[in-house]
Amino acid sequence: MSKTITIDGKVIPFEEGQTIMEAATAAGIYIPHLCHQPEFTPHGSCKLCTVKVNGRNCSACTFPAMDGQDVLSETEELIDDRRKITQMLFVEGNHLCPGCEKTGNCQLQAVAYHLNMLDNHFPLFYPDREVDASHPDVMLDRNRCILCTLCVRASQQKDGKNVFAVSGRGIHKHLIVNSDSGLLKDTDLEATDRAAHICPTGAILIKRTGYRVPIGERIYDHKEIDQVSLEAEHVKHGE
Amino acid sequence: MANKIRVATTSLAGCFGCHMSFLDIDERMLQLAEVVEFDRSPITDIEHCTNCDIGLIEGGVCNSENVHVLREFRKNCKILVAVGACAINGGLPALRNHIPLEECLNEAYIEGIGVEKPKIPSDIELPLLLNQVHPIHEVVKIDYFLPGCPPSADVFWKFLTDLIEGREPSLPYELVHYD
Repeated sequence: MSKTITIDGKVIPFEEGQTIMEAATAAGIYIPHLCHQPEFTPHGSCKLCTVKVNGRNCSACTFPAMDGQDVLSETEELIDDRRKITQMLFVEGNHLCPGCEKTGNCQLQAVAYHLNMLDNHFPLFYPDREVDASHPDVMLDRNRCILCTLCVRASQQKDGKNVFAVSGRGIHKHLIVNSDSGLLKDTDLEATDRAAHICPTGAILIKRTGYRVPIGERIYDHKEIDQVSLEAEHVKHGE
Repeated sequence: MANKIRVATTSLAGCFGCHMSFLDIDERMLQLAEVVEFDRSPITDIEHCTNCDIGLIEGGVCNSENVHVLREFRKNCKILVAVGACAINGGLPALRNHIPLEECLNEAYIEGIGVEKPKIPSDIELPLLLNQVHPIHEVVKIDYFLPGCPPSADVFWKFLTDLIEGREPSLPYELVHYD
């Protein structure tokens, strides 16, 4: 008999070695996430995918599925936690959507829309963050970086390079670039690299492409991220 | 109708874009006018609000006058609403938060291109600028938030009709935008 876990009362099968996130996605259940991307090693840092497993909070993207687990995801408490986490991500950076090229295609914004986040709740930090516009084709705006490390992982795991890393601790934590000058132009990053396209927010952008699709006709303008996320997975598996 | 719902509106560090969007409810304004009357608002030119049911605040807080107006609204409005991106997170005016105030003023009034008779305005009538632009929830308690730059006319309509008809206001996915 195949092994199963229960998510919000729904019994779903899983394969040995799958995380809760992988099992949920395969079963068509969306668990909100930002630092997780199925093709990369899970990082478990954004905590948006926090679920309650047998009474304890765990990150669904890193926690292995095990037979008989009772997982709670869409509870009022967890949705509220996720909204608070998203609000914290917003106030810790400088996320001014009306002036950002990524608006409408941004996963941070889309998760916030999905959670019906209407305000920031917390006082804003307005941290000083550096912009690096030195690269001819790629723009790096740390104001919008949520330190998900997807660019770090993409550069190492897909591009065979090592362009990005995260440095510092706490509020001083920031994205650094692997070159003597510390500038993007002096790295081997190319606009075709996976790392240049993986950013869930508008921190890494390809120059001169930002407004090819008008605002109002973008990915999340009319479609929720749960639907987009699950469809993307199912297309990949040829379903 | 004898007891109309009293609504006050103002723009602090905003561009009046949210007010313009509010006017985009077009002919529905007539329906609204049957149950609502405007107190302090650019529509009426009343200077101070008194005993209102709903206060709509556009824009963040960038100077001392903004703080006074916002507190007046909080004192006089049963329900206070942050309208638009700037009221909610400071918005584009908050881009100056990373630049020391003196540098901002020097750029605008002394060293900027095309400045004639360079002098930083210092008339006693002018409200003093705050060091940084702040969202309004950092200054007073806010009851509801309408995101958007600007919130669409349908957001205003949905929110106000919900309130007026006694429902807990809510915005469906299609009406929630930060841009």
